[in-house]
Amino acid sequence: MIAIVDYGVGNLFSLVSSLRRIGADAKVTGNAEEILNADKIILPGVGAFEDAIKKLRSAGLDKTLKEAAAQGKDIMGICLGMQLLFEKSYEYGEHEGLGLLRGSVVPMEGYIPEGLKVPHIGWNGLHFTRKHGLFRYITEGECVYFVHSYFACDCEDSLIATAEYGKELTAAVAKDNVMGCQFHPEKSGDAGLSILKAFCEGVEK
Amino acid sequence: MITKRIIPCLDVKNGRVVKGVNFGGLNDVSDPVELARFYNASGADELVFYDITASYEGRALFTDILRRVASEIFIPLTVGGGINTLEDFDRVLKCGADKVSVNSGAIKNPALITEAAKKYGDQCVVLSADVKRVDGVFRVFAKGGRENTGMEAIEWIKRCVSMGAGEVVVNSIDTDGVKQGFDIEMLRAVCDAVNVPVIASGGAGCVNDFVRLFKEVPDVDAGLAASVFHFGEIKIPDLKRDLHANSINVRLVK
Repeated sequence: MIAIVDYGVGNLFSLVSSLRRIGADAKVTGNAEEILNADKIILPGVGAFEDAIKKLRSAGLDKTLKEAAAQGKDIMGICLGMQLLFEKSYEYGEHEGLGLLRGSVVPMEGYIPEGLKVPHIGWNGLHFTRKHGLFRYITEGECVYFVHSYFACDCEDSLIATAEYGKELTAAVAKDNVMGCQFHPEKSGDAGLSILKAFCEGVEK
Repeated sequence: MITKRIIPCLDVKNGRVVKGVNFGGLNDVSDPVELARFYNASGADELVFYDITASYEGRALFTDILRRVASEIFIPLTVGGGINTLEDFDRVLKCGADKVSVNSGAIKNPALITEAAKKYGDQCVVLSADVKRVDGVFRVFAKGGRENTGMEAIEWIKRCVSMGAGEVVVNSIDTDGVKQGFDIEMLRAVCDAVNVPVIASGGAGCVNDFVRLFKEVPDVDAGLAASVFHFGEIKIPDLKRDLHANSINVRLVK
């Protein structure tokens, strides 16, 4: 069973539907025991970092996720869910993340060339920086759907793909059993479904 | 590099796509779910559904269709039509919409944009504006383009963006239905005024109209059309091939 962590953030309809579509047995749950007993965990999220990490903490799920990660369970964060995996975010202040991956989350504004629109919304091609099992069904350059204003940096040890938006921005990360996509695989057509499928089947570490 | 988006728009009334659809190879040409499937396979980058029913029953049918589409089509879905309250946002987002477009609802109550942006994020709120020249001035029209609100369009669009609209659909009433190309002048004016994605609507008649749009207004992010796609006058795979051949970056589907 794939546990989709429910902590009151965002709309899970498409994520659940996309997992059902690829034949995965997915369950939306905020129950720590269920999450720890799942085969794999997906941490979704849209909205603001501070609000999300507070909700995770107040539900005690930050500890659950750290415990699952320490057990070696596969975890994938999506969009804000990926950003939460890092040590810190500088979205409206400075906030501590789950610290499962090295690096921090910073605003795109001031980093990408002036004149480019923020948020980065739309379909953009993936550049693989490292060969990884999550990409075994897709090819370099395939487009996936992004919606974000902040991005992960100083994460060279986990970086597996970037997307070019004035500069190369972190698109996907993986370090051992902890993985993340800045884009929305559940909204990225067949390419996105292929990435979810690879995750659900399991990737070599 | 980010790609230019191609967006078919489906007007749905009482559970059916209206504006006569004429496709070969489809069993039920006015079934929104089947059309959505077809467009997804053709390489559409996003779909827009406008609910043009007025009745309660029609609305329930619409959300049911939306739920069915979102259960099997995994590209961004935008929903518009009859969005007047936060409850309306909630109703369609729960059924799988990613973005919600407001038009008359925002004209009646501009605060709706701010409230929705706060609750769901800017990226979720799309301003749709029907614009027409009146004595050489761009004016915002309401009620499906029938009523001049008297508001100057560029100011209105800037105001909505500052209140939290994360994307703008500009529908030129002057070029809509004429099939002589998008309203380049109007779109340039909007792109110069705001720094959020701008979606061009109204006037597409052939593939070259899209090439001209993206060449002449490089800041436009997407082109939207309805009947030229529904009638098969423009086929999305051909359109994308031509855009690509003209050095316009698009998502090519295998």
